[in-house]
Amino acid sequence: MSALESANKIKAKFGDLIAEPTEFRGEITLKLADAEKIFDVCRFAKSIGFDYLVDICSVDNYGEDPRWTVIYHLRGVANGQDLRIKTDVSEEKSELPSVLPIWRTANWHEREVYDLMGIRFSGHPDLRRILMWEGYPYHPLRKDFPLAGKPTDLPGVAFTKVTPMEGGPFVTLPSSSDSIAREPRVRVPEGAERAVSDQRLIDGKLK
Amino acid sequence: MAQVQDIEIRDSAALTAAAAEELQDVQGEKMVLNMGPSHPATHGVLRIVLELDGEVITKADPDVGYLHRGDEKIAENMTYTQFIPYTDRLDYLAPLANNVAYALAVEKLLGIHDKLPPRCQYIRVMCAELARISSHLLGLGAFAMDTGAVTVFLLTFTEREKIYNIAEAASGARLTNSYTRIGGLMRDVPPNWVDMIRVFLKEFAVALDEANTLLTRNRIWVDRLRDLGVVSKEMAIDYALSGPNLRGSGVEFDLRKNQPYLCYKDLDFDIAVGSTGDCYDRYLVRMEEMKQSMRILEQCCNKIPGGAENKSHEPVSIQDGKITLPSKQKVLTSMEELIHQFMLVTEGINCPPGETYFGHENPKGELGFYINSKGGGTPNRLKIRAPSFINLSILGELLPGCMISDVPVVLGSLDFVMGESDR
Repeated sequence: MSALESANKIKAKFGDLIAEPTEFRGEITLKLADAEKIFDVCRFAKSIGFDYLVDICSVDNYGEDPRWTVIYHLRGVANGQDLRIKTDVSEEKSELPSVLPIWRTANWHEREVYDLMGIRFSGHPDLRRILMWEGYPYHPLRKDFPLAGKPTDLPGVAFTKVTPMEGGPFVTLPSSSDSIAREPRVRVPEGAERAVSDQRLIDGKLK
Repeated sequence: MAQVQDIEIRDSAALTAAAAEELQDVQGEKMVLNMGPSHPATHGVLRIVLELDGEVITKADPDVGYLHRGDEKIAENMTYTQFIPYTDRLDYLAPLANNVAYALAVEKLLGIHDKLPPRCQYIRVMCAELARISSHLLGLGAFAMDTGAVTVFLLTFTEREKIYNIAEAASGARLTNSYTRIGGLMRDVPPNWVDMIRVFLKEFAVALDEANTLLTRNRIWVDRLRDLGVVSKEMAIDYALSGPNLRGSGVEFDLRKNQPYLCYKDLDFDIAVGSTGDCYDRYLVRMEEMKQSMRILEQCCNKIPGGAENKSHEPVSIQDGKITLPSKQKVLTSMEELIHQFMLVTEGINCPPGETYFGHENPKGELGFYINSKGGGTPNRLKIRAPSFINLSILGELLPGCMISDVPVVLGSLDFVMGESDR
């Protein structure tokens, strides 16, 4: 049975809830109209051979309604076929049922979607942040979150001083000599006889 | 009529519960132990919160994200070509394989992934297999060292150095190769490259044999690894493990065979499959995979179109001005090529709207890129399916019941990289 036949089987079972399967670059995509039914659709897909959940991911259609699209990549290990099921979720709701009871791998995927996009999964027993830290106030993968980030009330985790660009033991000094002479390792410790031919390197300053 | 009597037969679960109740006073309090994020055996910045009863783990909660850089966000803000260096830094033990995976994913969106020049396909396969050997060697060396066999580490690192030399000859960089481009390669390999690989294969066969002798039938090694961290077939599929971890549990699934890409169809190799799914099986699968990679490399060395020196000038990139950069000489002398170069550099490759997913058999498992494009030079959304991230999610179920000294062994056998897991 090809992936398209499987997709048609799922469509036949759920009727109008699922749009006609589309094909792009040999990949079959099914679009589910009601996100609340995603659990039933996935359970049925697993019963007809799609036993491997490759990935769950989310897309932010910023400025459009519904705002979120959640995408499930399924695979049948026995036949090596892939199928994509996607469904839209509105911004007001931002919630859809968890598929964790079907595939345990969904646990971390759903936590990641919640963490980075802010879509909740009802029925998930442990919906915590996973990549960002606990208590972080934003969802950084949203399109309205700036690439440079936003300041938070949390104190910075680590403070380090700026690397000294002059005279530090690991700093390569600017000079017209070749790269071997400029290497920080050729510098002789203080007090010892200096063997470097380039005199401008003395005291670590360019004269 | 016989009288119905209640017979008190307690099932084993009830018996255990009763025994646990009786022993409650005797048992000590449970202790919570933080392992990581800077523990040498956690291979990076993985933190595991362990709940211990004596030396036995009763609960494990892996905590990832210490190396999160927001690669997916960054990808949305640059052209497809500009993201290639970021893929080096995902699984930094196999950057060449990541480059190949990403390039193929974008090429699939463009619809050109099966139109690549044959020489390009062969070089990419060779790169991916070299990366596989390199990654497995490091995984094996670190795994053995965490278990107490330091010699193997020195042995495998000597061999890895040679692979770095080969990668450097091809791309100019040892670690962050960025060797592929969308639609081909950065440049052709140097004329002595194939011979370098032939020499390496000869030396590597000896070293691998030595590692094999040191470990495979070593009593301490076998006793530490056998029946530890057992992942059943069903569990492996349920948790969507991939790569050697999936095959170690007896699932015969390899994207190179099941969804073949590049020229893997023309090459002869076998898939290593384990039987019980314990740490020892995962170790054996990796050892066998290295041998199969050697087989693939040997065939590639003989079959590479154009031969080692490419005297027939086989192209290594698609000849399409809208996808790959034209030669510099043409840019400086011809108007059309100048425009192409300008458009490619400023706007990026114009991809059609649509969505594709491409999964590549990386050393650590299935590295997948889902690209959602609205057209134009940058992706609307790029999702990285990181095998290490998914392989780690099983830890919460795998560790309870193990002794605390078994943790480095289980972690070593799963072979993960935090740079990829945290993205």
